[in-house]
Amino acid sequence: MIPAPFDYVRAGSVEEALAALRDHGDEAKLLAGGHSLLPLMKLRLAVPTHLIDVGHLRDLSYVRVEGDVIAIGATTRHHELETSTVAASDAPLLAHVAGRVGYPQVRHRGTIGGTLAHGDPASDPPTALLALDAVIVVQATTGRREIVATEFFLGFFETALAAEEMIVEVRVPRTGSVGWGYEKFTRRDNDWPIVAAAAVDGRVALANMGGTVLRASAVEEALAAGASAEEAAQQAAEGTAPSSDMHADGDYRRHLARLLTRRALESVAR
Amino acid sequence: MQVSITVNGQSRTDDVEPRLLLAHYLREVCQLRATNIGCDTTSCGACTVMVDGLTVKSCTVLACQAEGFRVTTMEGLSSEDGELHPVPAAFRAEHGLQCGFCTPGMVMAAIGMLADNPDPTDREVREGLEGNLCRCTGYHNIVRAVRTAAAAGPAASSVPSDAQVTA
Amino acid sequence: MSILGTRVVRTEDPLFLTKGATYTDDLVDDRLAGALHATFVRSQIAHGRVLSVDTEDAMQAPGVVAVITSADLADLEPLKPAFSSVPKEMLRPWLAGDTVRFVGDPVAIVLTEQRYQGEDAAELVAVDIEAYPAVVRLEDAASGRTLLFPDAGTNVAATFGDPRPEDLFEGCEVVVTQALLNQRVAPVPLETRAAAAAWGQDGRVTIWCSTQAAQQVRDQIARWLKLERDLVHIITPDVGGGFGAKIGADPEFALVAWLAKHMQRPVRWAESRSENLLGMVHGRGQEQTVTIGGRRDGTVEAYGLEINQDSGAYPRNGAMLPELTILMAPGVYGIEKVHASARSLVTNTTSIGAYRGAGRPEATAAIERAMDLFAAEIGMDPAELRRRNLLPAFAEPHETPTGATYDSGDYTVALDKVLEAAGYDDLRREQAVRREGGDVYQLGIGLSVYVEITGGDNGDGNRERAQLEVHDDGRATILTGVSPHGQGHATAFAMLASNQLGIALDKIAVLHGDTDRIPKGGGTMGSRSLQQGGAAVHKAAGELIELARTRAAQILEANPDDLVLDLALPGLSVSGTPGTGISFAELAAQERLLVDTIFDAGAPTFPFGAHVAVVEVDIESGKAQLLRMVSVDDAGTILNPLLAEGQRHGGIAQGAAQVLLEEVLYDDDGNPLTSTLADYPFISATELPSFELVDMATPTTLNPLGAKGIGESGTIGSTPAVQNAVIDAVAHLGVRHIDMPATPMRVWRAINEAAKGSAPKGTES
Repeated sequence: MIPAPFDYVRAGSVEEALAALRDHGDEAKLLAGGHSLLPLMKLRLAVPTHLIDVGHLRDLSYVRVEGDVIAIGATTRHHELETSTVAASDAPLLAHVAGRVGYPQVRHRGTIGGTLAHGDPASDPPTALLALDAVIVVQATTGRREIVATEFFLGFFETALAAEEMIVEVRVPRTGSVGWGYEKFTRRDNDWPIVAAAAVDGRVALANMGGTVLRASAVEEALAAGASAEEAAQQAAEGTAPSSDMHADGDYRRHLARLLTRRALESVAR
Repeated sequence: MQVSITVNGQSRTDDVEPRLLLAHYLREVCQLRATNIGCDTTSCGACTVMVDGLTVKSCTVLACQAEGFRVTTMEGLSSEDGELHPVPAAFRAEHGLQCGFCTPGMVMAAIGMLADNPDPTDREVREGLEGNLCRCTGYHNIVRAVRTAAAAGPAASSVPSDAQVTA
Repeated sequence: MSILGTRVVRTEDPLFLTKGATYTDDLVDDRLAGALHATFVRSQIAHGRVLSVDTEDAMQAPGVVAVITSADLADLEPLKPAFSSVPKEMLRPWLAGDTVRFVGDPVAIVLTEQRYQGEDAAELVAVDIEAYPAVVRLEDAASGRTLLFPDAGTNVAATFGDPRPEDLFEGCEVVVTQALLNQRVAPVPLETRAAAAAWGQDGRVTIWCSTQAAQQVRDQIARWLKLERDLVHIITPDVGGGFGAKIGADPEFALVAWLAKHMQRPVRWAESRSENLLGMVHGRGQEQTVTIGGRRDGTVEAYGLEINQDSGAYPRNGAMLPELTILMAPGVYGIEKVHASARSLVTNTTSIGAYRGAGRPEATAAIERAMDLFAAEIGMDPAELRRRNLLPAFAEPHETPTGATYDSGDYTVALDKVLEAAGYDDLRREQAVRREGGDVYQLGIGLSVYVEITGGDNGDGNRERAQLEVHDDGRATILTGVSPHGQGHATAFAMLASNQLGIALDKIAVLHGDTDRIPKGGGTMGSRSLQQGGAAVHKAAGELIELARTRAAQILEANPDDLVLDLALPGLSVSGTPGTGISFAELAAQERLLVDTIFDAGAPTFPFGAHVAVVEVDIESGKAQLLRMVSVDDAGTILNPLLAEGQRHGGIAQGAAQVLLEEVLYDDDGNPLTSTLADYPFISATELPSFELVDMATPTTLNPLGAKGIGESGTIGSTPAVQNAVIDAVAHLGVRHIDMPATPMRVWRAINEAAKGSAPKGTES
């Protein structure tokens, strides 16, 4: 219930954070909201020797329109995204999903950058960001690069983020008033999704249907070929590798993927 | 390392180890033991406190992350004359507590919820308190207590020690 | 105007809502200054032989003062089973030295100066275990292929009842059988277990612990540590919920006391939630087979119940609960032939203990499921079937075929009231409309009518003591043998005394749980506290008035018969002559005004009720949502409706949780799969509606308050109603039965299986 001992450094700037990351390599972890990392550390499933606190970098907390994208700073809390009028009007799927993360206390602390970096296949914001074709801007001491969401999630809690990189921004194409849908299936309202489906603009992303959040490409192809929501949704389980646990086995997850995709697409149409 | 935190309106500076949880800092360093710890997976919410006007689970915040924060616990709601803040007053009136263990966190969560949504429906109250578990009450009277407190208006979501802090 | 029967807010709350209550881990006491922190190292293997416990690295860790293993405890005898019917070879070691028998079985204890250091050091204790096959399923336990206690020669911890008579169902036109699971759940009080111990110069040990019965803890620890009882002083701080799981001392409490002696320093222990989910007793854990037979006209003629009770690795009170299940098997029905039998089996899992209802929810869930199955078989409305078989109203003791003597009951009125409050006919109409329309969201209506036993013989009969004293400042103190952990007894008992003596509520202190002040007491469990403990307070107040009368008569030189109770004083006055009285306070100033009394109810009481649950099931996903919970819970005369409702609410929530969500799961190797609150789906506010409580009060004559127990009724009534509702929602699709918890996946599977024409597992007809 208590983390193993570690050294703590509060970064005063992105540059300081990156320098510290470079110095400590694999043994260091960035700490933003801490609501993905600290629970793991308290169970001693993660034992970094150095924590670099970037949670105070308020310069990295913003939600603003930049041309045809919304730029969201990495330390923007879910709560800020949930209540942002910019997000509500220009990326309503994302604003909605930010409000589906757990419960108020976690939304007051958790950040978009932290949630992305965590790489949990059963997480709401990454699902939405994948459906929105977001771009993740990462930075190292050596410079910046951009990674599209479809190339960001590599495996189970594994992302394209290198050990010395940190996420600084997420850029989300503005979808405005285009229809969207989000169907999250849980036992209790505030749980991680057993399966979730996000749909917007002909794209569908699924949570917890494999080692990463993933796009339901077969569904997207069917939609592009003119299939109805119901027909296209039948393809939702194609290419997925859902795990079995006490809540759902593979068969049931596949069923849920189809059901939730259909319902999410029906919301899009409404 | 040193941390400076304002707790219930009082500024203090303490020497803590980096891994000291804010919950333990409040209980053992500040000797404020109303805030309870009911789990180790950020699930139960008994440790909920207010930080700069927002509710957080103090078991999932390090004391050193709280540097410069204004933290309010249930003890910080009490006034000198012993009159209860509208939310705990409503909890009493509606019998929204039995064993009392979840209560300090539940009260703070309710205050935070009312700050966001001053006139919630029953459903909204339940959703706002999703992160707070109770075994004794079945939540029925907790919902009643929050609705009753909401009727008290803005006072229900006010946090006294926040008002005392300068800059 | 009497305050009895009115909604009095709690006297406990002002403190609870400002400084907060003081639970065991909150304690600041000079006697605990410099206390060491104890951290347990627990087995991560369910069944195996301990090859070695290497403490060397742990000993070197910062702050470590000692690491204790079983070798250090050689002078303590292993714990014998608490019940003589359990094989005496089923011994529980203090720390596993030879064999570990469940994941969570303590193997070592690390003592550190600071709390955080304990976890660091515990990680360094290297435990090497050679795994044996784990016995997890009850059928494996029954087979005896792998024995947990080879010396016992069996995995059967206890048996109850005789074999079923061959002719039990002879002549029945219809016979239905079903296998049922009353699954293992975790009590999860919000406060985990905690204890602290300090030895005094006088050779006495003071132990603070989170418990429901301090006197029991004292007796057990004294016995285990071979101490004279009066050397052991138990103090109960505020307790953050118990629900039955904090009945009786856990071995950890005794170990904390032993460690304090061994280390010559106070010792404190407070478990984490993960530790609690492994180490605190679990509840329920029965596999049942029900058989119900009767006539097509709806007359139930015979009922058979067979139970396999999971005891967990070390049999505790949970192993004996089938006795209560058997006792309450026929429930509210007048069934001519009833037979029930059971056996308890050990498995490589956490021990089973009492959990809200303790044996009775299992009985009610079984008979209520059986009634619905019978109704479905003969095509009768489940309410109508119940109505036809309810025992007619009675005010005189009624003995059942299983040997229970119900005190009073009117089950038909309870059923009528709940159906009316629920709008049953309207619900059935709505259900029909949705079925006709093939709606995605189908309505399910579930019923239960229940009776339960409260205030049962706890080994000392059905009695409780109270001491009542009025002081010379007009305040009063009550000492009670019961032990609240959220129920509000301080308020309830103060109400009683205030009503009788005229002393203001906030001037009456109610103390409990300190064995030096209250050496004898039964604790709080089995919903006994008001009907026995409160009745004792009521009796004490009456006796105090008489004592005061005698003394007042002398002082006032009056005839005792001329003195009347004067609540305004409060005290006694000469009848018809105002201003001539003497107050209790004044009497106390002259001589201590105190009575000590015992109230003996002589028998248990039988509260009863009826519940209707309304659920909505999304038949595409199988997810059920509880829309409404309507309940009649008749616990006799209600002293404080606010408190009584709170008990009903909490009980209903736990009962509904068992159907909708909660289950402790183990894999086939005995590894727990639900060992944190992230995995164990503890019911939250969003899964529950607000409840609709209907009042009904059929007083008992067994105590002057007319009160029966209320604490467990909600749980007993709600589980079957919610389970029946979920099944009812999809019955039109051919589903006959769904085990608890009715997870979305289970419901979805049941719908699919029914569509294919194959029945769910476990059904025979």
